[in-house]
Amino acid sequence: MTLSPAARAALRAVLVLGLAVIYVPLLVVLVNSVNADRAFGWPPTSFTGRWWAHAMDDAGARRAVLTSVKAGLGATAIALVLGTAAAFAVARHRFFGREAVSLAVVLPIALPGIVTGIALSNAFQVVLKPLGVGLGLFTVIAGHATFCVVTIYNNVLARLRRTGTSLEEASADLGADTFQTLRYVTFPALRSAMLAGGLLSFALSFDEIIVTTFTAGPGAQTLPIWIFGNLFRPNQAPVVNVLAAAMIVLSVIPIWIAQRLSSGARSPV
Amino acid sequence: MDDDQGLTAVAAARPAPGPRRRAAAVLHRRPRLRLTLLLSAPLAWLVPGYLGALAAIFLTAFWTTDTFTGEVVHQYTLANFQTLWDEPVYRTIALRSVGVAAAVTLIDMAIGLPMAFAMAKVVRPRRRPYLVVAVLAPLWAPYLVKAYAWRVMLAHGGLADEVLGPFGLSGPGYGLTATVLVLAYLWLPYMILPVYTGLERLPDSLLDASGDLGARPLRTLRAVVLPMVFPSLVAGSVFTFSLSLGDYITVKIVGGRTQLLGNVVYDNVGAANNLPFAAAVATIPVVVMLAYLAAARRTGALREL
Repeated sequence: MTLSPAARAALRAVLVLGLAVIYVPLLVVLVNSVNADRAFGWPPTSFTGRWWAHAMDDAGARRAVLTSVKAGLGATAIALVLGTAAAFAVARHRFFGREAVSLAVVLPIALPGIVTGIALSNAFQVVLKPLGVGLGLFTVIAGHATFCVVTIYNNVLARLRRTGTSLEEASADLGADTFQTLRYVTFPALRSAMLAGGLLSFALSFDEIIVTTFTAGPGAQTLPIWIFGNLFRPNQAPVVNVLAAAMIVLSVIPIWIAQRLSSGARSPV
Repeated sequence: MDDDQGLTAVAAARPAPGPRRRAAAVLHRRPRLRLTLLLSAPLAWLVPGYLGALAAIFLTAFWTTDTFTGEVVHQYTLANFQTLWDEPVYRTIALRSVGVAAAVTLIDMAIGLPMAFAMAKVVRPRRRPYLVVAVLAPLWAPYLVKAYAWRVMLAHGGLADEVLGPFGLSGPGYGLTATVLVLAYLWLPYMILPVYTGLERLPDSLLDASGDLGARPLRTLRAVVLPMVFPSLVAGSVFTFSLSLGDYITVKIVGGRTQLLGNVVYDNVGAANNLPFAAAVATIPVVVMLAYLAAARRTGALREL
């Protein structure tokens, strides 16, 4: 299609403007975390590192970060086991209800978070309470693991389908048993897919607020829950700004790792 | 007999297989056993833990709460759905939620399609991967932080007011408009990426052929581009629509006093302590979403996901 120069320029302008709109809010948070004005008037007149120092000292915020890290690691560990096993079953076997397994894995993330949230909260109350287990970090991890399985499952399944079974068959022909093949042939081929899925799973867990609200109970405040609880308190705004800015800065790490992984995957194995 | 002796001698020369080797052999011979072992953990977690929980919550929707004790009364009734249907306030909220989800989807289509088109067909191919990363990267930034950023910008005297001020306008403030705006912002990458993928697969030669046959760009857009990327648009809309429909955090942050279905569910679980009614309200987005997915399936869009 021969677009007129004006049309091309207009489309470019929409792209640049769209990207600007995507990034401006993130920049605003970053700038506000060093805005010296306590009321965060705009445009900022002077800058300070005071809020960052202040936020580092906030015990509640520190505890919330720790809880979030624990929840993310726990949920990712469970999801790695469940997601990889399910992906193996679906990729390497034919059985009745194979499609249903895919659906069961995807459903927790496909349904609105609030539905998953009240369903899990209700189940935890009915099943765990009589056993003496209250809502807390444990239930947060269980809830997060449920919707994190899909990230691992998708990544590992895609990798298993792409690599096929010929390498594993060759390994068996050369005398390796099932476990040796798994350890020396299958696992190395899957490692980067598991890492990519795990990264996504951790990010998903770290960011989650809706399901967490219903499964956390008063004891286990994750970082999003803590931020949300302090969002409407003006005197906590500096700390909230710093944490928000820190989360934006930290989100560069998974982007970088994901890029490394995807560029590594393209090179011949 | 001589032959047999030779074979036995070879076998005897090998060390006896250890238990690990024997277990591996058993697993190798029995694919069904392998499958059972693989499936047992995920299914034990997901079927009772998740599907069971879902079934239980929808069953709860048919129960009621005793107004005095706050205990759930296990007696089958349609009272919750009756209330939903009869009370105009719930009908308004349900329609408003679907309207917000639809508006967010349309806005994202209107912004996402030209952006994706520029990425796939206008900019130099060498730059495309960087643009994809640029669109994808903000998805890693926390949802809450992005909603909070908009709360800061839309605040009285915030950036929105500053920018629009010279034009004699002011920002929308907190409310329904702000909710739609922020949700559209949050889910925009989910629309751009499938549409970009769809457009990248659309051969340039088709666009050239349309131009050679005398079609102006707008005609080409309508007759060639849109029908070809329609499944991608629908795929993107599944995300924007479903994510908007269940949201109640954004509306709390920038929506002022606006109520959506999510808020009704949340308030009934928490403050009102009426789980059966919350469950009944929660069935609305699920039913709407299932209808939407069924419609989307007919366009073949779900294979794009």
